[in-house]
Order: sequence, then structure tokens, then C-alpha cells
Amino acid sequence: MAKEKESSFKRSDGRKLNEMRPMIAKVGIIPNADGSAMFTFGNTIAIAAVYGPRKLHPQHMQNPQKAVLRCNYDLLSFSVSDRKKPGPSRRSQEISKVTEWALSPALDLNSFPNTVVDVQIYILQADAGTRTAGINAASLALAHAGIPMRDLICSVAVGKLDKNLVVDLTKEEEDFEEGEGATDFAMAKIANSDEFTLMQLDGKIQPEVINEVTKLATEACKQIYEVQKKALKDVVESNGGKK
Amino acid sequence: MRNDINEAHDAEEDISSSGSDESKKRKVVVPGEVIVSGEDYLPGEGAKRLGENIISIRFGLAEELGRVIKVIPIFGAFVPRRNNVIIGRVTDITFYGWLLDIDSASSAFLPIEESPRFVNKNEMEQFLAIGDVVSAKIWSVKSKGIDLTLKGKGLGKLEGGFIFRVIPSRVPRVIGREGSMINLIKDKTGCQITVGQNGWIWIKGDNVDAEIKARKAIEFVTDKVHIEGLTDKVEKWFEENK
Repeated sequence: MAKEKESSFKRSDGRKLNEMRPMIAKVGIIPNADGSAMFTFGNTIAIAAVYGPRKLHPQHMQNPQKAVLRCNYDLLSFSVSDRKKPGPSRRSQEISKVTEWALSPALDLNSFPNTVVDVQIYILQADAGTRTAGINAASLALAHAGIPMRDLICSVAVGKLDKNLVVDLTKEEEDFEEGEGATDFAMAKIANSDEFTLMQLDGKIQPEVINEVTKLATEACKQIYEVQKKALKDVVESNGGKK
Repeated sequence: MRNDINEAHDAEEDISSSGSDESKKRKVVVPGEVIVSGEDYLPGEGAKRLGENIISIRFGLAEELGRVIKVIPIFGAFVPRRNNVIIGRVTDITFYGWLLDIDSASSAFLPIEESPRFVNKNEMEQFLAIGDVVSAKIWSVKSKGIDLTLKGKGLGKLEGGFIFRVIPSRVPRVIGREGSMINLIKDKTGCQITVGQNGWIWIKGDNVDAEIKARKAIEFVTDKVHIEGLTDKVEKWFEENK
């Protein structure tokens, strides 16, 4: 039954329902940082830089048992067509926080007490899926910085356009209004495990289809993982990420 | 010579492969990647066991040392360890000693008792003033800070010359097996060189040309991440850049 629907529904950019936008990942793009990476989903470009482990100020925020992870996500003012006013907003603060939560289960920060690992994520160009692209870039940058982590984090959004489940929405699709409208379900996952570290739902979805959604996300994350792995290995092959 | 110490204690951490033997196989691994599977292996530094498999917990080069698998990171900040020889810059003088910037997460303290000769508490800046560069050894690493000592061969204030930074995890390559690499560079350029584990390198030569050449040679080494037989390559590099 689902198969019939698939054939009748056309995505605006002609992709298949489970097809992702072309992805590009690059590691070592910011020479000054301890670790850095870029990740793109089609027109969405995210860059991430990692600094640390370094001393945490103010001192009362220090944790004597482990390093503190501090994420900062923001859109650059030219990343969207209506200029985004620079500086933190309610939205960017929320995304910073969920990014932190999405990344921390994979990290092992116990060997760096009283320190901080700073992750800066900036969106150069936004076409939906910025938080997922940001998490993918941040995960690469953390690995590049040599932070101990048990796995990489892969992140993707699954959406529902009317009654069809699709992977990796664009902005155009997010604004889809026919039928049941558009649903955006951002997810992040530990690559070689079935644990999800981020699930954010925007819109409506039937509880019965959640299983289907996680299956689609798992499939997509496999592709993302391969792209991430290749990017990390390439940086060693090329010049060794000159500092 | 100044840096006999660095060379001796770092031979075992050497990730360069001058005269590599066959049993050491290296491959690039990402976090979470399975390095080997089987009950025969033991996880070393940077690796852990997950069921049947040994997985990497860092991005770096995986190495088999007998049954032990370890992962050496190739990027990242300096993580201080006891007995590391580092280069630092004096940032403050307190009543009990000096505070040093050594490019690590916690601050480093050099107590007055750890200077090699008697220092009058009222005239501490005559021994080490703010801005002076010293090579020192890490005496202890605690959660609240690092203690340094100047007692040891080759440690002390560095005068003249210049310092520059390389990625700290590449320092073992710069030193080479039992100091082979750094001795080669010293021989060819005639410079005095001290390599700190924190990635700071101090060079002093007879003239600026020799100093710059030494720096270029060291940067040539740190750019090559996983090339075997690097000492020979550097020798060739010196031939080409006479």
C-alpha cells in the first residue's frame, strides 16, 4: 500500500522519498582551532570549530569530575534571505542546548577535569536542516580535535509531507501546506548503535508511523556515517591538516 | 646539549617510523570504528573493548603492539603528563614561585624550591622575569594544576633564538626514534633545538638562515602524518634545499 503512494507523490526537487540531498564533508578547515569541520546537505552549509580542552572561566562552572561541553550554534546574518540579526536568539539558544545534549552521550570527558570543550557551530547558508548539519559538523570537529568519544554522531531530519514520509527536507518542503501539511522530525543517532540522542518534532505525526520514521533515519544515518568517515580519513591522506 | 632529556624519554612514544619493523601496522581509524575483533587482543590507550571487538575511541593511527591495540591521536590540544619536558613562558611571579603559560588546560606553577640554584625571594625576577622562556619538566599533574621543576639535565631558561608551535601530537615524530630526527636536523643546520612536549619548539642558531632552515625542516616533518621512513625523506629534503 505504501508503495503505491510513493509512486504517486513527487518531491519538489525530484528526489526519491528516501533520497538525501548531496552531502559534502570536510575536516580541518579552520587552522587556528584544535578541530574543525564543514558539513553540507545540499544548500545548507554548517561549519564547526572545537577549542579545548582548555581552562574554564568562570571557575564556579568547572566540574571537578569531567570536562564541560559548551556548544554555540548560530546563523550568520547572510545565511537567510531576510537578514538575520546577529547575536543569540531564543531559537539559537535552544538549538545550542539540544546540540550539546545530542553530542554529549558519545563523548568521554572524564579525563579532563575542570576544563571546557568549546564547540562553535555557524550556518553559512540555510536551507532547512541546519541543526542536523550542525551536529554532523560538530561531531566531525570533535573527532578531529582528538577528544575521546565512543562513536560519531549522525543527524538527519525526517519529514512528513501530507501522508508521505520523506528524508532530509528542504525549506520549500518544510513550507508544504497541502493535505496534512508538513512535519519536521529532527533526529541524531550514535552511528554504530541504535541509540538516539536527539528527537525534535515540529508538526503532527501519528504514533504508529514513528517506527517507520526511525527506520528511515537509521538508513540515512548510515550514508552520513560513510561521508563523515571518508572526510576524516581524507584529511590524513592529504596534507595532515596543517596547523 | 640542551635537550638530551626529551629525546631519551620519548623514544617509546615514537610514532614516526624510521626503520619501521613489520610487526607494527598502522591504520587510520575514526571513533567507534572496529579495529580488530577477537578475544586475543587487549585494548590499550585510545581503544576499548565492546563485546567481541576492539573499537577506537579517538581519531588517529591504530597500532598493534603484540596483543595490545592502541590509538595515537594525530590532532588536538596538549594533554600534560608527568615527566613531560615542556617549554613555557613566565606569566606571573608570586611569593612562592612562578606561573607559566604552557599551552594546556590548567595553569603551571614552578615553585621557588624547584629552581636549580638558590634564589632570593626578594630578587626572583633576576632569575626568571615575566616573559622569559624556560624549558621545564612536569613534576605532577593534579586536577587543580601542574607543578614544574627545573632540576634536571638540559632544563632552564632559554635565551636568544625564537620559539614556534607545532601540533603537540606530532612532537614524537619531530624527535624521532631515540632522537634520530632531531639530531639529524641539528647536524644539518648546526642549530640548538629544544622540543617541548606541548608543541613549542625553541631554535637558536649562528645565523638567521640556519634557524629558518631548521624550522622549515621541522614543519616538513609535522606535515607528513603517516609516511614511513621519514628520516630518509628529511635527509633527501636537506639535499634538495641546500
